[in-house]
Amino acid sequence: MCDLRVSFAGIAFANPIVVASGTYGFGREYQEYLDLNELGGICVKGLTLHPRAGNLAPRIAETPMGMLNSVGLQNPGVDAFIRDELPWLRQFNTKVIANLSGNTVEEYGILAQKLSDAGVDLLEVNISCPNVKEGGIAFGTTVEGARAVTEMVRRNSTVPIMVKLSPNVTDIAAIARAAEDAGADALSLINTLLGMRIDIHTRRPILRNNMGGLSGPAVLPVALRMVYQVASAVNLPILGMGGVATGADAVEMMLAGADLVALGTACFVDPLAPLTAKQGLTDYLARHNITQVTELTGKVALHA
Amino acid sequence: MQRLCDIIHAQQLTDHIYAITLEAGELGRLAQPGQFLHVRCGGDVLLRRPISVCDAENETLKIVFEVKGAGTRWLAEKTSGQLDILGPLGTGFSVEGQHILLVGGGIGTPPLLYAARAAKGSTTAILGFGSRSQVILQDEFQTICDNVILTTDDGSAGEPGQVTGPLENELQSGTYDMVLTCGPKPMLRAVANLAAQYNVPCQVSTEERMACGVGACLGCTVTMRNGDNLRACADGPVFDAGEVNWDV
Ligand SMILES: Cc1cc2nc3c(=O)[nH]c(=O)nc-3n(C[C@H](O)[C@H](O)[C@H](O)COP(=O)(O)OP(=O)(O)OC[C@H]3O[C@@H](n4cnc5c(N)ncnc54)[C@H](O)[C@@H]3O)c2cc1C
Ligand SMILES: Cc1cc2nc3c(=O)[nH]c(=O)nc-3n(C[C@H](O)[C@H](O)[C@H](O)COP(=O)(O)O)c2cc1C
Ligand code: FES
Repeated sequence: MCDLRVSFAGIAFANPIVVASGTYGFGREYQEYLDLNELGGICVKGLTLHPRAGNLAPRIAETPMGMLNSVGLQNPGVDAFIRDELPWLRQFNTKVIANLSGNTVEEYGILAQKLSDAGVDLLEVNISCPNVKEGGIAFGTTVEGARAVTEMVRRNSTVPIMVKLSPNVTDIAAIARAAEDAGADALSLINTLLGMRIDIHTRRPILRNNMGGLSGPAVLPVALRMVYQVASAVNLPILGMGGVATGADAVEMMLAGADLVALGTACFVDPLAPLTAKQGLTDYLARHNITQVTELTGKVALHA
Repeated sequence: MQRLCDIIHAQQLTDHIYAITLEAGELGRLAQPGQFLHVRCGGDVLLRRPISVCDAENETLKIVFEVKGAGTRWLAEKTSGQLDILGPLGTGFSVEGQHILLVGGGIGTPPLLYAARAAKGSTTAILGFGSRSQVILQDEFQTICDNVILTTDDGSAGEPGQVTGPLENELQSGTYDMVLTCGPKPMLRAVANLAAQYNVPCQVSTEERMACGVGACLGCTVTMRNGDNLRACADGPVFDAGEVNWDV
């Protein structure tokens, strides 16, 4: 029997398979397809201080083995989440990871306080959303922004905090170190890569927002490279994501340096993807006589 | 629900339009008019494709689709074996009403067939196509509906012109208490305006690009008059025409 348990920033995850923020709502929609207790954790839809209506449609454009989205953080607001969704999610034996996004550094502080008081397991601090004008990615692309937000959340949270990094930077390791220095307990990456598609008949971008975030299998190699670089630069546990669809992908992500692995876009293709990935991971461990899943983390053996 | 469904019949209806009948088990019994199936396509196609339920009987489901790009092309070539289906999804038509007017344009006509079958009241269908060679499902509608009016843009079959001409005639008769419509957006908007003018409630089936299809990703929203962005895949695809913001 393989031991799938992972201790992550002091939190005991039953297994390393998590679902990515924004791809799983608050879990309700997928409960008829699978047993949510089987998931190591659920990153909920990005929350903001006030309700947000998001961007105009079209918000989705397919790409070669991937997709762009420009949802723009549509969500009912943090208070509605705490009141209407969190108690429901709490009935499941899975870790609840609250993803939060502020327009200002102060808003991140208020969100952190509300959510940690409400009793989520972990905060995922989104400084990397490419689909909103203010806040979001603006904090995730500079060392100063990442540090300021992380410090503010650190001061206002009583639960562990995980900072979600943007891939839309030249030196992701520098941002990762800034978050570490400012008190992050963990890191998650990658958020989506800024992209664009154009309808050649109308000559207009497919997305009403013109640009959007790329996710899905197409981004896996970029995500692996960045997880590897960040794991080499900091001493923090990592939730790796970006293009993971199968058990083999999850193994690869862990070898690159991830402690936990999230699936996002893969759930759209197959609601059972998290469970098949978990099974694939278990089969891999059994085949290689590995008793603890944690033994995989960071075990890529580089060429000399 | 998710299910691998056997293809029991596949047929080409026009140059670009195909029909597939599936052995769908429970999905067939659950399907309501206006709901859709989220169909996994093979090849290099990543996302599922939403296709409306055209007809349902016991444990079989029929879909009718037009080849647009890689996904529907793959589907058209798939004439046997199984399809990976999520469904039936979404909130469909409410077919309450004594005298129901169904207005379909082109590839928007298929879901109205099942609505007509499910309706208890009398039904009149106005079906619009580009030309004679693009007409689909005419016999099926004629079997189920009390009255079928066909229009083509080029006049090669039925009445020449668009559906709005006959629609206004019918609405003037004053007997209808519900309009159900599906088709291209400009047509939906015109139908919604006419129905509002004659004070007849109208339900429109909308189309948006979808990812999850189950209401989780917020990728498929339709903007309402009150500013809310509702999910076409869960809150819709059918909405009350009066609530939709047609100006965004
Ligand atoms: C609720 C609903 C019901 C539908 N019912 C039918 C039906 O019964 N018969 C039928 O022929 N078509 C129907 N459509 C449209 C159908 O989903 C698209 O034609 C199809 O997804 C195109 O895929 P493709 O790979 O051929 O085209 P591509 O252009 O290659 O598709 C690229 C991407 O854009 C999306 N896309 C392109 N056009 C549309 C569109 N009009 N609506 C939504 N997504 C689109 C695709 O799903 C895919 O993600 C319906 C759409 C919706 C939302
Ligand atoms: C439709 C959609 C919505 C998303 N919304 C959020 C969000 O609200 N907050 C966030 O931090 N990331 C969001 N993401 C990014 C994902 O959590 C994830 O980082 C990214 O999609 C890469 O993983 P994947 O390739 O497995 O999807 C969203 C992604 C998608 C596709
Ligand atoms: S397609 Fe995901 S919410 Fe509608």
